[in-house]
Amino acid sequence: MAEFRLPKNSRLTKGKHFAAADGVSNVRTFAVYRYDPSSDSNPRVDTYDVDMDSCGPMVLDALIKIKNEIDPTLTFRRSCREGICGSCAMNIDGGNTLACTRANDEVKGDVKIYPLPHMPVVKDLVTDLTNFYAQYASIKPWLQTRTPPPPDQERLQSKEDQELINEPAACILCACCSTSCPSYWWNSDRYLGPAALLASYRWLVDSRDEATGERLDELEDPFRLYRCHTIMNCTQTCPKGLNPAKAIAETKKMMVERKY
Amino acid sequence: MSNRPLSPHISIYRWPITMATSILHRATGIANSVGFIVLAAWLFDAAAGADAYAVFAAFMGSTIGKLLLIGWTFSFFFHFGNGIRHLIWDAGHGFEIVQANRSSWFVLILAVALTAACWAVLL
Repeated sequence: MAEFRLPKNSRLTKGKHFAAADGVSNVRTFAVYRYDPSSDSNPRVDTYDVDMDSCGPMVLDALIKIKNEIDPTLTFRRSCREGICGSCAMNIDGGNTLACTRANDEVKGDVKIYPLPHMPVVKDLVTDLTNFYAQYASIKPWLQTRTPPPPDQERLQSKEDQELINEPAACILCACCSTSCPSYWWNSDRYLGPAALLASYRWLVDSRDEATGERLDELEDPFRLYRCHTIMNCTQTCPKGLNPAKAIAETKKMMVERKY
Repeated sequence: MSNRPLSPHISIYRWPITMATSILHRATGIANSVGFIVLAAWLFDAAAGADAYAVFAAFMGSTIGKLLLIGWTFSFFFHFGNGIRHLIWDAGHGFEIVQANRSSWFVLILAVALTAACWAVLL
């Protein structure tokens, strides 16, 4: 159910301010969500004044600089720093995106950084993605076949068939889309969310997959698929430019079309 | 595990226009449901005789009544227009970000314009 207020233990308090050193002129303020699981206190928002003359262009560069030079307790996930691993997904300037591909210059005013929305927080910007991954596993993201493969070659696809899965297969499972979705906020226990449904669509339209019917059967449920109300936040926020909303609509169409 | 705080959501998320029109679709749907009760009351009072109808007409003719009716007119036109937008989506069209943003604004402006036109005729 929709619960608009945060639970008592989750409400934000005012945090610490880390002022820039004297003589630094090009300063940008980063307001960052902090939560320390080893203390009993509520989450807070700390603000850091960062010297932009010695900082890289991306929000991730600023976070790394803060961790290296200002506050080593700041915790966040990051790995590839080029938008392909999906680790540094977080809420920046009100939208979910990857810290490594969002430039500081794209944000007006103070740079506000929160963890992915409506998720259990492990520490600071690190959220618990257990449910998100379980939902991905539940759509059986692998090729299912009944017929034996050709004896002398792989299961081949035409160029046109490959192009159908090209885009949905480019998803990096960063969780930006699912955690941007109000339907997912209120019903993530039963609604699969845009990321899992995009992955499901990738197998539904795969010309080599032979479990299309079973896959659709699994989605025939008031919540798993049909909690999508085309709010479009998923597509608006996807840092890879993919279109989960369209994939969900196509899945709903497949549901109807197979009945006639 | 269960002691983990929940990260902020609706209070920190920047609303795309599509999110605003989506919640407005639900709000106008609820408003329309209430509006249809009033519509039924109108018919009921009309059937109940001149005295009952006079009470209803007096309230709806007051400033508050008129404001409510203007609200319901907008609510009806928006829900109607956005409903057609949903039908187009259901057919698989209009899912690019630019298209969805434009259709949001189009339905909003259309609903305001139709409401204005409707009341320009009535008043």
